Parts: sequence; structure tokens; C-alpha cells
Amino acid sequence: MDMRILSCTLNGKPVQVGYDPRESLLDTLRDRLHMTSVKRGCEVGECGACTVLIDGVATDSCLYLTDWAQGKEILTVEGLQAADGTLDPMQQAFVDEFAVQCGFCIPGIIMSAVEMERSGKTYTRDEIRKQLSGHLCRCTGYQNIVDAVEKAVNVLDGKVGQGVEEK
Amino acid sequence: MYDIESLYEATSVEDACRALAEDPQSMVIAGGTDVLVKCREGKFAGAHLVSIHGLNDELDGVSLAADGTVEIGPITWFNHVTTSPVAQSTVQTLCDACDTPGGPQLRVSGTVGGNICNAATSADTASTLYAYGALLDVRSVRGMRTIPIEEWYTGPGRSVRERDEVLVKIRIPRDHYEGWTGHYFKYGKRRALEIATMGCCCLVKLSDDKKCIDDIRLAFGVAAPTPIRARNAEDAVRGLAVEEAVEKIGKLAQQDTNPRDSWRASKEFRLQLIKEMSKRSLTYAARKGGADI
Repeated sequence: MDMRILSCTLNGKPVQVGYDPRESLLDTLRDRLHMTSVKRGCEVGECGACTVLIDGVATDSCLYLTDWAQGKEILTVEGLQAADGTLDPMQQAFVDEFAVQCGFCIPGIIMSAVEMERSGKTYTRDEIRKQLSGHLCRCTGYQNIVDAVEKAVNVLDGKVGQGVEEK
Repeated sequence: MYDIESLYEATSVEDACRALAEDPQSMVIAGGTDVLVKCREGKFAGAHLVSIHGLNDELDGVSLAADGTVEIGPITWFNHVTTSPVAQSTVQTLCDACDTPGGPQLRVSGTVGGNICNAATSADTASTLYAYGALLDVRSVRGMRTIPIEEWYTGPGRSVRERDEVLVKIRIPRDHYEGWTGHYFKYGKRRALEIATMGCCCLVKLSDDKKCIDDIRLAFGVAAPTPIRARNAEDAVRGLAVEEAVEKIGKLAQQDTNPRDSWRASKEFRLQLIKEMSKRSLTYAARKGGADI
């Protein structure tokens, strides 16, 4: 198939890149735009390692054709750090809570967590677990990951654990 | 990189129908969570895809028609059905069912219409839409036709929808949901990222004093090659007191269903699930309707 040109916003900056229409967004992000935080895992939407935010929504980029990303705003872990290198509060919480072991699943989990962080809502631990249920991690047993997410949302609004309904 | 031979982004439903008619090898892709997985495993290798992914203006969203019919656009994400205020105030059990496939990221790609067109008996919305008696509008270059969901399925992964027909609307008439309460029960070995070992949806309409079953619809996924209603069981408990119906429904439902052995579960286990899940689904559905049980 003939190459096409993708115009979208990647981590806050407008980009244009040629792509083969057979590519998933995962392929284009990793191989053409070198966003290697986006991990190639199961490639069938089961592991969550390739999760990125598309227009603010955490999506499996392996089951998303690049063709569909025209004009979209895409955010990956590469776009989380501040200009001076300061980590996003979510990234810092993952460091502080020792939520990372081998690290392969973490960029995807961070993006689902950032979706929660930026939603302005509060989440109970059960709600955090549900929001992270589209990710597989074979190292950590999830406990420290949930701790980190809880802490990061806590840092931001001080209301975590109360639940949305009980506010 | 997917093994696909062509990818056409349709600009309208009419354009999609035309493209599907012109290329006899082409097929529809919407959310991609079924079609792309099948491309990956080789089943759809070399596919010619006509994408309706971007037709949000025509095919996305849940709305209420003037006559009270709930109209669901087929490319509405599972998550957007679950969170739709219109759906929540009318077809709450469908909202619950749409909150169960895959994980959160899949539910913002996978579509409710795709779940129907894929025609798997294990599809999480299948038994619930079956219980609600959904009407499915499909369109092609030959025109539009409406297929009641009872006539939709012809076998595992097969439906009466022709290759070049696009599902354009899922309709649930007012009398199919008004006064009904329900429960969707999914059994899987994990609570996320799992295909149902058994799915059961029970909708119930109680008498005014909330003590009797005025009407009931009990539907299953994975209890047969296609989603089915347990009609004999429904007939047998209609008019009974709620407690008595709960007592009897399990065994009756077993007689109505024909589950298979697979690597996921044995026939015996599935029969046990049918018995227990119909009992519990009826209990929860009646409780939501105000029964004291």
C-alpha cells in the first residue's frame, strides 16, 4: 500500500510522519517516532503494555490503526516530564513507592494512572484496581503500584480513598 | 504491521456501503478489537478493510427517540454505553454488561455494534441485548432492513448480516425496558481481561406488590452455539411468587440449554453454572425491582 502522512500532536508538539497504512499506532510510535516507552507486548489488547493517551483516553495502541490517529493528541511517557526534567507526580510516586521491578509494564500502567490523575476525580483503592485491570504485571503483585497511584492522586487533591460517590 | 491488503476510510455510511459493494473481498472494521486480532492470528490475513471508525456523526452515541425507543449507534464504545445517562436511565443492565469485556483500554476501542456483528455467543452484550429484544438495523446498497436479535445469529461467529451490510442502529423499544429490572452475570476465571465462560442476563417485571413474577426474560451466552433465551423456564415461572421462581429457575434453565465441552470449561461445569447463575441473576434482578429477597 502507498505510504500516507500522519499529522497529529505528539506530547504537545505537532508532528508529521509518513506511515504504511498497515501499521498500528504502536508500530508508528516506536519505529518511526522512536517513542520507545510504548512497549510491544501481546499485541492483541490483553497486556496493556502499549497503552497511550489518545485525546486524553488511555487506549491500547496495538489495536489502533495509525490511520485513525489523524489530528489526534497523543501522549506517551516521554511527554510527562516537565521542561526542567522534573518528573510528573505520578512518575515520582512510582519511584517513591518502589512500584517498579523489571519495568516493562510500567509505562503503560503510568499512562492509565495519568488518565486518572488528570481526570480531576477521586478514586477508592477498588476503583484504582479496576482502572488498572487492563494491565498485566508479572513482577510486582500490583500492591506497590496501587500504593503509588493512590499516593499520586493523593498528592494532587488530598481526597483519595473517599470514593467518588461518598464525597 | 498488520497483514492487510487495503484500508479504506469511509466518509459516510453511504460511502461505506458503496465501498463494500464494489470490492467483494472487503469487510467492515469499526473499533478493531476483533478484526485486528483476527488479522494478527492470520484468520483474516490479507483482509480488505472498509473502516467506519471515523463515522461518529452518523454511528456514535446513545439517544432516546420521541416514542421512547433507546437508539444506540453501533460504533459507540462499550465505555460510552456504560456511562451514557440515557442508557443508565433506561437499559441499566446493558450498561452493566458493557462494563465487563476486556479491560478499561479495550472498552474505549471495542464497540457495542462490533460485539453483535462478531456474533460470538460469548460476547458480553449478546445475552443482554437478547433479553432486551433489540432490533438491529442494517444497511447496504440494496437498502435498509431490520432484524430482531432473535433472528440474527445463525451459528458460532455467524449471523444473517451479509458481508456488505453495515449495522447502523441498535434499537430497544420502550415496552422492552420500561418496568423491567435486570442483572447481567458474567462468569470467568478472572475478573478482567477474560472471555465469559458463561454469561447470563435475567430481566424481570414484578407485580405491583413486588411479590410475583409478572414477566421474565432469561438469556444466556455460551450455553449454546448462539445466544439463547430459556423460554420454557420463563413460561414455567411466569406468575409464580418470587421465592418459588428463584427455587425452580435453575433446573428449568438447565433443561433449556445445551452447553458444550471446551478447553475453557466442561459441559457439566457449564450446566452447574447455568443452574446457579440463573438463580442468582433472578434474585438480583428481582431485588433491584423492589422484591424483598
